[in-house]
Amino acid sequence: MNFIKFLLITFLYLAPVDIILAVEPDEVLTDLKLESRARDISANVRCVVCQNEPIDTSNSGVARDLRILIRERLLAGDSNKEVYKYLVDRYGNFILFKPPLTLSTAFLWFMPLLVFFLGVVILVGVLKKASPSNKSRFSNVSNDTKFSDSLENKKGKK
Amino acid sequence: MRRFVFLVPLALSLIIGTFSVWGLLNDRNPSEVPSALINRSIPKFNLSPLPGLRTPGFSRDNLLNLKKVSVINFFASWCLPCRAEHQSLIELSQNNEIVLAGINYKDINKDALDWLTELGNPYTYVGDDFSGRTGIDWGITGVPETFIVNRDGKVVHRFSGPLVGVKFKEFKELLTLELR
Repeated sequence: MNFIKFLLITFLYLAPVDIILAVEPDEVLTDLKLESRARDISANVRCVVCQNEPIDTSNSGVARDLRILIRERLLAGDSNKEVYKYLVDRYGNFILFKPPLTLSTAFLWFMPLLVFFLGVVILVGVLKKASPSNKSRFSNVSNDTKFSDSLENKKGKK
Repeated sequence: MRRFVFLVPLALSLIIGTFSVWGLLNDRNPSEVPSALINRSIPKFNLSPLPGLRTPGFSRDNLLNLKKVSVINFFASWCLPCRAEHQSLIELSQNNEIVLAGINYKDINKDALDWLTELGNPYTYVGDDFSGRTGIDWGITGVPETFIVNRDGKVVHRFSGPLVGVKFKEFKELLTLELR
């Protein structure tokens, strides 16, 4: 009985987490396709007041205005690209969570590749350096067999 | 070449360290949203006057036809920092070389009228932006926000937050540069 109570209380606490969305009922479009596009866009648009929150979940006034605006643009027949452009024209690239590839963000975008190639270069260097001594140590087949022989001997003894 | 490999960690820590110190010491504000309007022509808008106020409303064309440096100030009666900067705006309004225009952002008409009666009306134009759409066209993030527009109708500076103290001093310096 107590366990059921515990479960009930736990679910009561957890349940609203999924339901709480800043998108208010009066904003939702009747056209489900457009609405889902609007949701996709607003998840990628930064709230300019709360900054680390997308406007999709933000409760600020400007976020609500932008959500309504996005839906208006979609109803007017804008493509997703055009909607993003509309927002960037007014708020700059800052409003996008995913920064576009420009001269100033090139470093950001190519950094992982750069680090990867640096890693490859270092790895190749290390392996090359290690290979001559590798040969002298391990390419000696007789040594190798002796080692495995001794292992088998040990197993046999047990 | 090989002899200098031991310098690599030192160089790396110097580079990272320099960025860290820059991040800590510089008086930059990382959360300040850079305005997308800087060095661009003022956005299209057309605002009606506040009902009951003699001051006319204004549009983009009004500002372009002025051929004067203009200061566009977003304000609202519900905005406390706006009250703080109002004295600065009164001071600006005494300068005949500039045109000070106000955009009343998401405000109730009567409250805005009371505000201007109580504190004085420094504006040559006051536009009513009840919907906040003109605010979005200017890319504002809140009120107060103030823009300096040069004689060619280009937005040259944006200040967010109240124009008081050091900020107002900086504002006036930049404004003087535009007036030269």
